[in-house]
Amino acid sequence: MKDKFLLRMENVSKDFYGNTVLKNVNLNVKPGEIVGLVGENGAGKSTLMKIIFGSSEIYETGGYNGKIIFAGEEVNFRSSFDALQAGIGMVHQEFVLIPGYSATENILLNTEPTRPNILAEVFDERVNTLDWPEMKKRAKEAIGLLEVDLDPDMLVKEMPVGHRQFTEIAREINRESTKLLIMDEPTAVLTESEADVVLKVIKKIASMGIAVIFISHRLKEILTVCDYIVVLRDGEIQKELRPAETNEREIAEYMVGKDLGEKSGVNREKREFNETILKIENLWVDMPGEQVNGISLEVKKGEILGIGGLTGQGKLGIANGIMGLYPAEGRVIFKGEELPLNNTREILNRGLAFVSEDRRGIGLLLDQPLNWNIAFTAMQVKGEYLKNYLGGLIKWRDDEAISQLAREYIERLNIKCFSERQYARELSGGNQQKVCLAKAFALNPEVLFVSEPTRGIDIGAKKLVLDTLRLYNREYGTTIIITSSELEELRTISDRIAIINEGKIAGILPPTADRVEFGLLMLGKMETGEGVLNE
Amino acid sequence: MKNQDSLKTVNPVKQFFINYAVPILFIIMIVFAAPMSGLSPVFLINEVMTRLTRNSFLILSLLIPVLAGMGMNFGIVMGAMAGQIGLILITDWQIVGVPGILLAMLISTPIAIVFGYFTGIVLNKARGREMVTGMMLGYFMNGIYQLLVLYGMGKIIPIRDKSILLSRGYGIRNAISLDGIRQSLDNVIKLDIMGIQIPLVTLAVIALNCLFIIWFRKTKLGQDMRTVGQDMEVARMAGIDVEKTRIISIIISTVLAAYGMIIYLQNIGTINTYNSHEQIGFFAVAALLVGGASVSRASILNVFIGVVLFHTVFIVSPRAGKELIGSAQLGEYFRVFITYGVIAFSLALYAWRNRIEAENERKKAMMLRRASLQNEAEEGGNL
Repeated sequence: MKDKFLLRMENVSKDFYGNTVLKNVNLNVKPGEIVGLVGENGAGKSTLMKIIFGSSEIYETGGYNGKIIFAGEEVNFRSSFDALQAGIGMVHQEFVLIPGYSATENILLNTEPTRPNILAEVFDERVNTLDWPEMKKRAKEAIGLLEVDLDPDMLVKEMPVGHRQFTEIAREINRESTKLLIMDEPTAVLTESEADVVLKVIKKIASMGIAVIFISHRLKEILTVCDYIVVLRDGEIQKELRPAETNEREIAEYMVGKDLGEKSGVNREKREFNETILKIENLWVDMPGEQVNGISLEVKKGEILGIGGLTGQGKLGIANGIMGLYPAEGRVIFKGEELPLNNTREILNRGLAFVSEDRRGIGLLLDQPLNWNIAFTAMQVKGEYLKNYLGGLIKWRDDEAISQLAREYIERLNIKCFSERQYARELSGGNQQKVCLAKAFALNPEVLFVSEPTRGIDIGAKKLVLDTLRLYNREYGTTIIITSSELEELRTISDRIAIINEGKIAGILPPTADRVEFGLLMLGKMETGEGVLNE
Repeated sequence: MKNQDSLKTVNPVKQFFINYAVPILFIIMIVFAAPMSGLSPVFLINEVMTRLTRNSFLILSLLIPVLAGMGMNFGIVMGAMAGQIGLILITDWQIVGVPGILLAMLISTPIAIVFGYFTGIVLNKARGREMVTGMMLGYFMNGIYQLLVLYGMGKIIPIRDKSILLSRGYGIRNAISLDGIRQSLDNVIKLDIMGIQIPLVTLAVIALNCLFIIWFRKTKLGQDMRTVGQDMEVARMAGIDVEKTRIISIIISTVLAAYGMIIYLQNIGTINTYNSHEQIGFFAVAALLVGGASVSRASILNVFIGVVLFHTVFIVSPRAGKELIGSAQLGEYFRVFITYGVIAFSLALYAWRNRIEAENERKKAMMLRRASLQNEAEEGGNL
């Protein structure tokens, strides 16, 4: 091979409908090398991986610009299957396994050795019967290469999580053509001891000459296992670092970027809060992909508390768990009384409200007019905007009151629409979000949870939404708990910001803290935050 | 610790009763109704044997789509139509006996393949709603079948035998007698053991179908179907052509259903040209469910248990009804009531069970996660 690099990416860029997510990425990977990839939410990590792994999503959205040379040949994959054929394997964050199959069946999925028979001549190769002894042999070989303790006959659904991960890795290794393995957060769902074994396996794979691209939010892992580290921010490679010559703080700095200082819109107003309104004790939430593992937190009356962290670390689980949308355990004390968890109706009754991150799914009744949307929860929960007949036996909607309410909020929140009778579906994202806010405001909540309020809306609308929240907080003294992937957004509006990592609170910082401090918390450095914690 | 109680798996006895609620219900009904009917054991066994040879092949045709995760294939109605077309043609050509049956099968094969291919394509577009879509397709294709048989035959497709045509000169009569092939497969070798008639060849054909299904499950294609049935996305990512695999499973099912219908009708001896196939889907599905199968799991054993239980109830219930209330009508009413009832009940039970299982899985996973995180925290503290 003339080329000493296995993978060369030259000026690779990608935009989704004019929205640039990757800019001139150059990445070179040698055989047997382990490259660590670090980046904040939306830095472009997953897009980069999708391009390398040939995800059809990339091809269907117009492909990418630039050149990718793999094993000496220029490639442009149309589907992941092309990438697999070329020798690129991928271990996904969520397991791509068949739970009802044994390790053997999963490792050899669609690469099963068969015994030929006559019917195959007439029909198709697929009529050959499976060669079970050979399948077992091959599975054992792949497991042996990893030097892990994995029973080839065990069903995946009965395995501990770590063994599932080994099964995935063994499947990629079993493909003889595999030259490059992409591992997207392979340790995210594992315990530390399990993760240690996976790290050993990664080194073992690399020693076999297979290159590995390793994505993790655990800096410690990246520093121990990688040959070099690539930090992505806003779709650009910020820096390539050698583990020996760097430290966690430097990586975090490149990941979150330099602080803009006085120029940024960081909230510098110091407000004093005394009364605790919401006390969360040892909260566990089972929200798929956003699990919360025993969080304790006190929320002060009248403050705006920001909740941040990387995707999948559990920040969204907190609001969803408290509001009863996902199964939760633990204790939540609201104004001295314990809230009945997993009972959304009762929690709404007590004076808590929630603007979900899933705006179009559970936030809005898309095919209903604005006024119904705004009054809906108030109608359902509080029985407002209803006319009672026969002593409450028959309840009719009070359309006049509903419309009046809607008109009031349309004016106050400056919702752009023709009239309050317009359908929610026809509004722009920003205005839909305002309708969601109005719906929550109509309940006159004492505590308002807002999740990802600016996701998918344009910059102008973002500011309006945040201003609306701030205004509402100042005017009515409503306690607001805002969850967002965008740190800057949290810093402009919050009084305190809690960073969630691996389902736990990594630390709580004032918005004026250095960006790097936040970055370190997101990457699982719990200790660093402490100095500022007890301000 | 209260958490540990919920870690325990569900009581296995209770689990058994939940899983086999439908067959258990049927066994109870038989235990009560059989003595009440006053039928002799030999008569009863003979009747059950007849139903077994008549229906088993048809019901076996449902198994492969279940393997591929497509649920109960109500589309076998189309296979039944293909079989009937074959039978109508050989009746017209007056080819009798076993050769007649074989020729009918040969004619029905390409028709069933085309129907199956068409069904497969439609079902691929209606993922997750295969059963109701298959049922509706059956009704739709019934229209095409009627067009062909009621107008096409005698006009476009030449029919020489005027006795099977309507008096207006084209279109097949409501009922045709299959004198030429009546029970000719059953009668090739028929054993008589203590008054019980055993049609050996028909049973051998059914056994052959079973062997085919057992063999098929061991093939690469069978494994691929299982994979597709378990998780389409994982299958796709592993490079399996999901759509094609699903279409093949429906084609196999439709072709087997065509043969099954021919075996069914040679035993009965007449075709109700416009009705015979209509209820086939429901009765086959109900019998399989009575045998303890579910939408996602069905075995050969389920087929035979199902046929025996389902049809024994039908044989004894009219007589038991007559003895009990003085009306045999009740039995017929009972038959329809039970068929639809069983399907509705099984589907509801299946959905309910899935939900409970998912919830248990979730609880278990969460418990394990908590335990391992706590262990780690303790270990960290000890260091």
